[in-house]
Amino acid sequence: MKNAGKVVIGVVIGFVIFFGFPFYYNIGKANVAPKLKYDTPAILQYEKEYGKKECVESKAFMSAEHMQLLNQWRDAVVRTGDRIYVNSRGESFHMSLQNTCLNCHSNKKEFCDKCHNYLAVNPYCFSCHIVPKEKQS
Amino acid sequence: MSINRRQFLRLAGVSTVLGVGGASVLSALTGKGEAVSQTTPHFTTDPKAITGKRWGFAIDVRKLKTDEEYQKCIKACNDIHNIPEFGNPKDEVKWIWKDTYEHTFPTVTEDKIMNKELKEKPFILLCNHCAQPACVRVCPTQATYKRKDGIVMQDMHRCIGCRFCMAACPFGARSFNYRDPRGKDANGMPFIKKENKEYPTRTIGVVEKCTLCYERLAVGLLPACAEASNGAIVFGDLEDPNSEVRKVIDANYTIRRKPELGTQPSIYYVIGGRE
Repeated sequence: MKNAGKVVIGVVIGFVIFFGFPFYYNIGKANVAPKLKYDTPAILQYEKEYGKKECVESKAFMSAEHMQLLNQWRDAVVRTGDRIYVNSRGESFHMSLQNTCLNCHSNKKEFCDKCHNYLAVNPYCFSCHIVPKEKQS
Repeated sequence: MSINRRQFLRLAGVSTVLGVGGASVLSALTGKGEAVSQTTPHFTTDPKAITGKRWGFAIDVRKLKTDEEYQKCIKACNDIHNIPEFGNPKDEVKWIWKDTYEHTFPTVTEDKIMNKELKEKPFILLCNHCAQPACVRVCPTQATYKRKDGIVMQDMHRCIGCRFCMAACPFGARSFNYRDPRGKDANGMPFIKKENKEYPTRTIGVVEKCTLCYERLAVGLLPACAEASNGAIVFGDLEDPNSEVRKVIDANYTIRRKPELGTQPSIYYVIGGRE
């Protein structure tokens, strides 16, 4: 074992190159947040009428908390029987994933799936709730 | 250098107070946790909703004369609630269905001598929305529960498919999704012929049953079967002595399915009395 030192260094370099591959291969590529589309007919119509695009709550709240909000909506509608949601702006909405949320966001593939796939989460909302028909993209 | 017990306790006390106080001062400074909105978001009931204490039906089978009249009620429900047709009685999913007198009232068939017309009359069956529901008592997840308006509700989100409720229900009103209702049969035909886009389907592995059209009551509509029955199925509040359903029950002879079990069914079958 004359060259034990060199062999060890070689093994270490090989290890770094091989196992580090996914990291430097993806530099600059990974972690690009998905761009969601807000251009469905219903949203554009809303923008035309009210001059802005807005959801039942602020965009920051919706992207961070929509799952909690949907759970609260589900419990209110199914278990308590309350169907109207009054938001922080004082506006009323009919609480329904299928008839309210998906009415505006009728592009599940470009909206729901984009983020869910990116984050590798698989909510089972749509195994029962019917998604509007959309073009294959 | 070492510290004695007194010094240690003093240090610990002071740092605890500082720590707790520090956190509250910090949150007050950043202003987090204080909503800047005018309204606190909340839930309310639709003003159009029909409310009652104990919903029930009085079903006048004498007014259902032809098979078409039965099928009209059944179809109204099936179409609205996306009921799949698997084409196999073992897998059948039913919310409202038609059956014989013997099957509807199996505990009174000992009467050998009885009215032939009644004995041969088909009956329309659905969940009895019992006042003391056996299914609710056995459900381990409270997926099925009694609402304050008397509806025995089925929360498909919470159902784990254990089928205890099916074993408990004495009326066979519950169906299990042995197959995926969104699937297709051997000929490529979907099990749900025409989807109602306003109502969800169910998924494989959950139990489902009549929900007394809670989603229609919430927006001020009558249950679909009552609406389609042309007056044969009268819907109303059994606790309200002035309700239409109570007037029908007061004026006629009615029977209920298996009342001896003590579940207090809320579906009354009109078999005699004033037309």
